[in-house]
Amino acid sequence: MKLLFSLLLCLCLPSAWADAAPKLDIGKGGQCVEDAQWMRKNHMHVLKHQRDEAVRKGVREEKHSLKNCIECHASTKDDSVIARADSFCVACHKYEAVKLDCFECHSGKRKSAWLQRNAK
Amino acid sequence: MSDIDLQRRNFLKTSVGAAAVAIAPGVLLFDMAHGNPQALSGKVRWGMLIDTAQCKPGCNDCVTACNTENGLSGETKSTDSQWIRKIEIKDISSGRELSLPMMCQHCENPPCVDVCPTTASFKRADGIVLVDKHRCIGCRYCMMACPYKARSFVHEPLSDQNPDVPRGKGTVESCTLCVHRIDQGGQPACAEACANKAILFGDLNNPESEIAQKVRTVATTQVRADLRLNPGVRYQGL
Amino acid sequence: MASYSLSKLRSPLYYALLAIGGLVVLAGLFSVHLMEEHGHIITGMNNQIVWGMPHVFAIFLIVTASGVLNVSSIGSVFNKPAYKARAPLAGLLSIAMLFGGLTVLMLDLGRPDRVIVAATNFNPTSVFAWNVVLYSGMFAAVAVYLWTMMEQRMYSWSKPAGFMVFIWRFVLTTGTGVIFSFLVARQAYGTAILPPMFIVMSFAWGMAVFHIVQSSIYVWNQKILDEYVQKRMRNLMGVFVIAALYFVATYHLTNIYFARQTEFERFILLDGGIYPWLFWAGYVVLGNVLPLLLIFHPALGKTRCVLLASSLIILGAFALLYVFIIGGQAFPLSIFPGYEVSSSFADGAIGQYQPSLPEILLGLAGVGIAFMVTAVGIRVLDFVPHEIPKSR
Repeated sequence: MKLLFSLLLCLCLPSAWADAAPKLDIGKGGQCVEDAQWMRKNHMHVLKHQRDEAVRKGVREEKHSLKNCIECHASTKDDSVIARADSFCVACHKYEAVKLDCFECHSGKRKSAWLQRNAK
Repeated sequence: MSDIDLQRRNFLKTSVGAAAVAIAPGVLLFDMAHGNPQALSGKVRWGMLIDTAQCKPGCNDCVTACNTENGLSGETKSTDSQWIRKIEIKDISSGRELSLPMMCQHCENPPCVDVCPTTASFKRADGIVLVDKHRCIGCRYCMMACPYKARSFVHEPLSDQNPDVPRGKGTVESCTLCVHRIDQGGQPACAEACANKAILFGDLNNPESEIAQKVRTVATTQVRADLRLNPGVRYQGL
Repeated sequence: MASYSLSKLRSPLYYALLAIGGLVVLAGLFSVHLMEEHGHIITGMNNQIVWGMPHVFAIFLIVTASGVLNVSSIGSVFNKPAYKARAPLAGLLSIAMLFGGLTVLMLDLGRPDRVIVAATNFNPTSVFAWNVVLYSGMFAAVAVYLWTMMEQRMYSWSKPAGFMVFIWRFVLTTGTGVIFSFLVARQAYGTAILPPMFIVMSFAWGMAVFHIVQSSIYVWNQKILDEYVQKRMRNLMGVFVIAALYFVATYHLTNIYFARQTEFERFILLDGGIYPWLFWAGYVVLGNVLPLLLIFHPALGKTRCVLLASSLIILGAFALLYVFIIGGQAFPLSIFPGYEVSSSFADGAIGQYQPSLPEILLGLAGVGIAFMVTAVGIRVLDFVPHEIPKSR
């Protein structure tokens, strides 16, 4: 009985904490593709489609590109979507416990900021 | 069919037409400003002609430009990536010496594409041979298969890549012919950087292009032509 | 019924061995974790030697997994009862080694987390992709074969199943050899002799591994191997070793004859540093001359000699694979034939390779996995050969 109780406790506690939605730095934000709820659900499909088209067929459609996402959603403080625990991509992926694979290769920095720094 | 139906149809037709006329210029402008939304056609074949007579021994400008453009460290340990390198060659029998850049030769029949188990290695319709790093599992079979030693494996975790040139640990990479520049209408960084204009970039399939005209008129060589891979990179004076 | 021979398998020593096997596997997995974290920089592999120690282990395990099935093929395809009694053990060993080898190969990938991509994006022109099918098919084929041998109602199917496995493993070893045969760029590879060479080598190495495992099981259970069977299997192994040596000799002789290849052969056989040493001392002397002497010398050839010979054959196998895989890559690519070449990317220079501990541990983990699968297999199912002695 004791065991069952502690098990229940273990199950309930995290979900109680988890109720608090992740606080994330949305950068400039705004809507350019679809509304936020749609994007939360479908951004990975959009990115995946765009990536295959761009890499393999040379269809460089900017609106749906990762670079374009980063341009608006990178933090206004550090120009990145991954630098901190509350960065746009990191905060949500951590909350959902989904591995974020893009930035093993892709830069998480806003391109304009990257160019500015590297021009110096 | 009633009159009202017909009217409605006509109304729809004209309004759609008007909308199209109104939007079209905007769409066109958007296209011009935002890269290429069309899939590549097979009409173009990008290539390079390297004039060894113009390539100076000891000059490393193309390599430096490539490293800067693509975010390579520029170090030359055996585990570091080198997309382009200068090779000094000396004919054993005659003693003639040459210096030339060597990189992915963008073959028409690339062995790296044939052997890749996941189709990560692929050839674009315009002849550029690339690694799709989303699919590369890092088996390195393409590195075994390439006769030009053009490919490198990323041995260490990377950060702060050029936003236009994604690169990452555990995948294979090589010269992309600066595909991100080509798709914006530019030319590869190495060709741009060469002070002597030893690297000529262009469309081999377009008879009017400078490269096609030159390939037609002067003697050029493909490296390891015996393998019949038909590289897109040709050498003059080899 | 089968418990008579299994009493020893419940002893503390059995569990101790199992624990050691587990530790070896754990050490390998820890190396993989390190490789994941730091990248392949912590291995000895680099942009010149792209396949290293893990591949030596993996290819040995995979090739031998096919070879060890010889024992069962002779039993079911060629109807030799002495071998038939050993077929289940051979099948188990095959599955175990294939599993070990594939695990090593997979964990050495730059992105092992993406291995599923290999299943979802299939390139029909890639030998690697074919091998994914061949290797997984092999598991299935051997599993079915084992089932037909162990389930009484399926006995009648055991011959066709054995035949299927017989064909499949030929194709599989051909596929492994072809990985190298299709490499036009490198002087060590790109020749059609490699698939048959791999097949014959698999026979010799498979017999050697089978001998070692069989002897261990027999000693363990205080059983004595029938002398007639011992003699037959020993001589067969000797013949296979000679055949493999013949193929290796032919491979090098044809190369020596071609002017464009002589420099490569000089490197591998004479002045390439560690590679000629491993080839002559490791493969030829330790891996062939000594074992053949132990097998065929009239005063020798007893159980202990055969065991020693088998171990030496396996040692020779590793030496040969090291020379073939790593030596073959160390020799520079001939990008400009007839020219002296130098660059910052080691063009024209001998590739440097220093195997590191993590990659060796990863390779050993493959052996550890094969050992564990075998050990657990013979403990839970009846794989130990039963036979009616017939010394004649």
